[in-house]
Amino acid sequence: MSQTMRAVGLFALVALLIVGTGVIQSWNSALLILNMGLVSAVMALGVNLQWGFAGLFNVGVMGFVALGGLAAVIVAMPPVREAWAVGGAGVLMALALGVATIALAVWLTRAMPKGRLRALIMLVVVVGGYAAYRMVLDPATDAIESINPALTGYLGGLGLPIVLAWPVGGVLAAAAAWVIGKTALGLRSDYLAIATLGIAEIIVAVLKNEDWLARGVKNVIGLPRPVPFEIDLQQDPAFVERVTGMGLDVTTASTLYVKLLYGAMFAAVLIVVLVLAQLALNSPWGRMMRAIRDNEVAARAMGKDVTARHLQIFILGSAVCGVAGAMMTTLDGQLTPASYQPLRYTFLIWVMVIVGGSGNNFGAVLGGFLIWFLWVQVEPFGAAVMDLVTAGMADGSALKAHLQNSVAHMRLLTMGVILLVVLRFAPQGLLPER
Amino acid sequence: MDLLNAIVALSNFVLIPAISYGAQLALGALGVTLIYGILRFSNFAHGDTMAFGTMVTILVTWLLQSWGVSLGPLPTALLALPFGILGCMALVLLTDRAVYRFYRAQKVQPVILVIVSMGVMFVYNGLVRFIIGVDDQRFADGERFIISVRTFKEMTGLEEGLGIRTTQGLTVVTAVITVALLFWFLNRTRTGKSMRAYSDNEDLALLSGINPERVVMITWLIVAALATIAGTLYGLDKTFKPFTYFQLLLPVFASAIVGGLGSPLGAIAGGFVIAFSEVGITYAWKKVAEYAMPAGMEPEGLLQLLGTDYKFAVSFVILVIVLLVKPTGLFKGKSV
Repeated sequence: MSQTMRAVGLFALVALLIVGTGVIQSWNSALLILNMGLVSAVMALGVNLQWGFAGLFNVGVMGFVALGGLAAVIVAMPPVREAWAVGGAGVLMALALGVATIALAVWLTRAMPKGRLRALIMLVVVVGGYAAYRMVLDPATDAIESINPALTGYLGGLGLPIVLAWPVGGVLAAAAAWVIGKTALGLRSDYLAIATLGIAEIIVAVLKNEDWLARGVKNVIGLPRPVPFEIDLQQDPAFVERVTGMGLDVTTASTLYVKLLYGAMFAAVLIVVLVLAQLALNSPWGRMMRAIRDNEVAARAMGKDVTARHLQIFILGSAVCGVAGAMMTTLDGQLTPASYQPLRYTFLIWVMVIVGGSGNNFGAVLGGFLIWFLWVQVEPFGAAVMDLVTAGMADGSALKAHLQNSVAHMRLLTMGVILLVVLRFAPQGLLPER
Repeated sequence: MDLLNAIVALSNFVLIPAISYGAQLALGALGVTLIYGILRFSNFAHGDTMAFGTMVTILVTWLLQSWGVSLGPLPTALLALPFGILGCMALVLLTDRAVYRFYRAQKVQPVILVIVSMGVMFVYNGLVRFIIGVDDQRFADGERFIISVRTFKEMTGLEEGLGIRTTQGLTVVTAVITVALLFWFLNRTRTGKSMRAYSDNEDLALLSGINPERVVMITWLIVAALATIAGTLYGLDKTFKPFTYFQLLLPVFASAIVGGLGSPLGAIAGGFVIAFSEVGITYAWKKVAEYAMPAGMEPEGLLQLLGTDYKFAVSFVILVIVLLVKPTGLFKGKSV
C-alpha cells in the first residue's frame, strides 16, 4: 500500500509544481510544461517498454522521434502537385530500386553458399543497385527541389488530418526499428546501443539533407493544426462572449483554450498507452519479458525465443516513441530537423526513465513530467542563483558577464547530477518496480 | 591520362586528410578500448572527456599566447598539451573516485555502468559548455603549412598541388610517438603487463597479487592522456566545438568495435578503416577520375557516393557490416 501512497504523493507533488508555475509565472507557461510533459511521458513509456520490461539499451530515441515528426509532414501538408508531376514517379521508382537491391542482396546471402563468388556477386549487386538508384533519384530530386524552392521544393504530404500522423509516426518508427532490430539484436547490449546511436544520427541527417522529402534545414512550417487558431477564436463572437462572461482577458483565454485542447488530446493518448503498457506488464507476455530480462539463459532454456521477443518489444517501444514524436511536431506546428539533438531527445528521455523508476510504467510517466519540469525551470532558477552569486561582483567584470551568460548550460550539468545521484542512492528510481 | 596528377590529387584530397583523421580516431578508439578491456564497459563520456582535455589545453594555450610564449613554427598548443593532460587526469580520477568506484565495488552489470557514464557525459558536457561556451574556438597558430599547394606546384610544375598542413604532419608524428609509447608500456613494463593480465583474466590477475585499484587508476591516467591528445590534435586540425566532440563518439566507437573491442591494435586499424572509408565515400572523385581515365572517357557526374553530411552513415554501415560478418571485430576482441 505504501507504494501506492508514494506514487500518489509524488504525482501530487508534480501537480503542485505545475500549478505553482501557473500561479507564480503564468498559466501559459504552466500549460506548456504540462503539454510537453505529456509528450515526454509517452516517450518515457516507450523507452520503459524497451529498458524496463526487456533490458534493451536503446540510445536512438531521437531518430524515432524525428521519424514521428516526418510523419506529421507527410500526412498533413498539402501535396505539391507540380513536384509530383515532375519527380514523383522518379522518386518512387528510385525507392523501389533501392528496396529491390537490398532484397536481392539479402536473398543472395540466404540462397548462395558462403565464398568468394557470393562476395563478388554481392558487390556487383550492391554497387550496381546503388548506381541505378542514384541515377534515377538525382534528376527527380533536382526537378522537385527546383519547383518554387522558397516555399515548397518538396513533394509535400497527403493533405490528411494531422491526427492521423500520430499512428503513422508509430508505423514509420516501427519499420525503422524492425531494420535495426534485425541486425543488432542478439548481439551484445553495447552493440545495440552504438547501432541505435548511429541510426538516430542517420535519420536526422536524412531529414536535414533530403530536401525533396521535408525541405531539409529549410524547415516545414505552418503544419495544419487539429485545434482552432487563437486568432480565429478571438474573432469568434460566441467564444468572446463566453470568456468575457467568465471575466477573462480574450487573448489570454484563447491561448489557454488552445493549449488545453492539445493537453486533452495528449492526455488521451498517454492514458491509452499507459493502460496498454500496464495490461502488458501484468499479462503472461509481460512476465515472460521480465523473465527474459532477468535471466536470458534460463528463459531460453524454457523454450522462449529470446531474439524474437526482443525484436517484438523493441519495435513496440520505438513505435510509441514515434507516436510521441508526431505529437510533439503537431504541437510545435513545424518540423525543424536541426533542432533534433541527442542530448535533448535521447539522453534526457533516459534520465526520465531512470529517475522515475525503470520497469514501472507510472514511474516513467512521473519521470517524464518531473524531469521535463526541471529541464524547463532550471534555467530561470539558475539565472536567479547566478544573480545572487554575482551580486557582489563589480558590474562589467568579465567573470560576472561570463557566469551570467553560462546559465543556459546549467541544464545539462543539473540533469547529469540528478541522474548520478538517483543511480547512486535510489538505483530503482523514485517509483521502484514491485 | 595523367597518372602523376591523379596521384597528387588523390593524396591531397583523400590520403593525407584520411591519414590524419584516422590517427585522431585511432587515439580516441584506443581510449575506448582500454576502458572496455580493463573496466569492462563502453564509456559514453569519452567524447566529452576529449572535449574537456582539449578545453584545458586551449585555455592554457591562450594564457601562454597572452604571455607572448610561442613555439615558432609549431602551434603553442603543444606546450599547453601537458597541462591539458594533467587537467583531464585530475577530472577522470575525481570522477572515478566519486562515481565509478562505488559501482565497481558492487560488481554491477556493465550496462549499468554505461548508464552511469551517460550521467557523467551530461556533467562533462555541461562543464565544458559552462566554462568555454558552445561556439567554435580556433587555437592553432604558428606556420600553417609544411608544404603549401602553391610551393608544391612551383617545385614540381604539376597542374595539381599537394598541401600538407602543419597540423596534419603534427597529428601523424604525435600519434606515432604516443602509440609507440603506449605499446612499449603495455608490453615491456611490469605495470603494463599487469594491466594486460587484468584485462585477460580478472580472477587470475587478482590471485597473482595484482592490485585492481592501481590497474584501474593507471588505466584512467592513460585514457585521459590519450583522450586529450586525440582531442587537441582534432581541434588543431579542424576546430574545437563541444558538440562536434560529442558527435565524435560514433566514429570513435565504430573504430573500436570494427577493430575488436579490447584490442589496442584493433583500435588503431579500426580508426584508419573508418577514416579512409569516411573520406573516400564522401569525396567527389571527379577530379581524380579525370586524370586517371583515358581521354574521352571522363565521367560527367561528381562521382561522389554520398554527401559529406552523411559521413556518420559511413561509420555506421561499416560497423553493421563488421557486426554481421565478424562480430568480434578484425582483431579478435573480447565481445561476442
